[in-house]
Amino acid sequence: MTTPANAQPESPDDSQGITPPAMPAIPATRPMYWSVRRELWENRSIYVAPLVAAAVALFGFLISTLTLPHRMRALSALDPAKQRQAIAVPYSFVAALLIATAFLAGVFYCLDALHGERRDRSILFWKSLPVSDRTTVLSKAIVPLVILPLLIFAVVVATQLIMLLLSTAVLLGNGLSVAPLWDRLPLFRMTLGLLYSLAAIALWHAPIYGWLLLVSGWARRATFLWAVLPLLAISVFERIAFRTWHFAFLLRYRLIGWFTEGFDFKTHGMGAIDPLAHLTPVNFLSSPGLWIGLVFAAAFLAAAVRLRRYREPI
Amino acid sequence: MACIEARGLRKAFGTTMALNGLDLRVEEGRILGLIGPNGAGKTTALNAILGLIPYQGELTVLGRDPWAARDQLMLDVSFIADVAVLPRWLRVSQALDYVAGVHPRFDRAKAEGFLAKTAIRRTSKVRELSKGMVAQLHLALVMALDAKLLVLDEPTLGLDILYRKQFYDSLLNDYFDRSRTIVVTTHQVEEIQDVLTDLMFIDRGRIVLDCSMEEFESRYLEVMVHPDHVAAARALGPIHERQVFGRSILLFDHAGRSQLAALGEVRTPSIADLFVALMGNQGGQAQGEAR
Repeated sequence: MTTPANAQPESPDDSQGITPPAMPAIPATRPMYWSVRRELWENRSIYVAPLVAAAVALFGFLISTLTLPHRMRALSALDPAKQRQAIAVPYSFVAALLIATAFLAGVFYCLDALHGERRDRSILFWKSLPVSDRTTVLSKAIVPLVILPLLIFAVVVATQLIMLLLSTAVLLGNGLSVAPLWDRLPLFRMTLGLLYSLAAIALWHAPIYGWLLLVSGWARRATFLWAVLPLLAISVFERIAFRTWHFAFLLRYRLIGWFTEGFDFKTHGMGAIDPLAHLTPVNFLSSPGLWIGLVFAAAFLAAAVRLRRYREPI
Repeated sequence: MACIEARGLRKAFGTTMALNGLDLRVEEGRILGLIGPNGAGKTTALNAILGLIPYQGELTVLGRDPWAARDQLMLDVSFIADVAVLPRWLRVSQALDYVAGVHPRFDRAKAEGFLAKTAIRRTSKVRELSKGMVAQLHLALVMALDAKLLVLDEPTLGLDILYRKQFYDSLLNDYFDRSRTIVVTTHQVEEIQDVLTDLMFIDRGRIVLDCSMEEFESRYLEVMVHPDHVAAARALGPIHERQVFGRSILLFDHAGRSQLAALGEVRTPSIADLFVALMGNQGGQAQGEAR
């Protein structure tokens, strides 16, 4: 502006633009912490979905306890390996159900994470605060990679404990011994196995979540279609052009490879005494599929950060 | 040091030049109104200043390159894009928690103080608030930030006149001091005429008028010409003429007040009238804008 009024002498304030005045120190982790909390405020399905799944499983288990005394009496006729398997099955089932729930919740969360804020224009509010695009994108990646696994771990352990207490109460109420149940159910070791599985799945699926976040930051609409259809199209194209299924096998490997690389059910049968005997962490950590996947995950997230910098409301 | 300094700022969207060599300098402690027709480049200019879009040319805001470090810039700059950007699922208490969590210069007590004067409850979600209350909430958050530059892009869009008046009153009484700078764009020009210290008109990606309000008042004069003196008045070269109730109103740039006083009633024009005079001549698309 070119008015005499503007030709003020340099005030002491002027220097502040270069060296900001002392600012209350804010640890670098604080914006990250609040960004993650923000995600949980917005996306309550992250914890509601697992809790509902657990409640449904518990209700089913409650009904099954009607026949529990009868089944426990029949069980003693079986050999110990079969007994162990029969007792542990509902517990493993709950874990599997919740792991699947977490995967679905994570997928739909990621598809909306960078899309929703553009759709409702709130990106302009988030960008008006001193939080970098990297912090924002990483806080969204942390949800399926860290928060959901930890949450699922807590919910599974709690559900399994309730199931065990419920069974104990039913058996005691019917004057039966609880010893076979408590002896045959390696709950602590199952819990360790669960922790290992959750970590392996999160690491193995990291590129999937990275891809979904990238698509959600890029697509203007129909994020699910943009995330899935190109992959299907490539598979079909490959099949028609070269009569092979390499890409489709690659996708399948990305979905279930954590199981084939991280577990071994061939050496020890399903009814092994120690549930941890199935784990093959060395094989898992040394599989190229894991590390290639993590490289892809990092690349997808870096692209998502860059994209968010340029993105405006839709 | 200037608060905002832009030289030769350019931004193209496809083949459209939203900013076409824009030059602009805003000193510290000013309240600048950036006025222009739709599509003139106002929002593009503000987005460049806020580090939301890349651009060509030179731009410094508080000594920083906004595109290079938006998150750092936002420690010293705050903005209200328009009333509808607070996410609808957010609770008022969560908004306070979040801003307090990520912004080191947020004075929570101050924000609570502003909210206490409104009917906004801490437990409400944004979706439950009226449009006016959302604006009050956003203003409370922004005014509690100790920022050097506040950018307001159509902050009162869609608000009724009471909320609009209140908005600018709070801004002036509770927020503005000589060390802060405010840049505001709005279509409701007449409401901010008394608020501004500086005025810029922007059209087709360029600044077409740049003056302080003191300069505006001494430079532009409007005369409701007595019917007998219309010809004499026209001879002095008005920049615009319009008819109101059968009387001619002529707008002059750099004319002597005493000279004009002989022709009729002299007064300072409204920004809207000057806008119509300057922009309306360039193609007539601006009339609707300046009301």
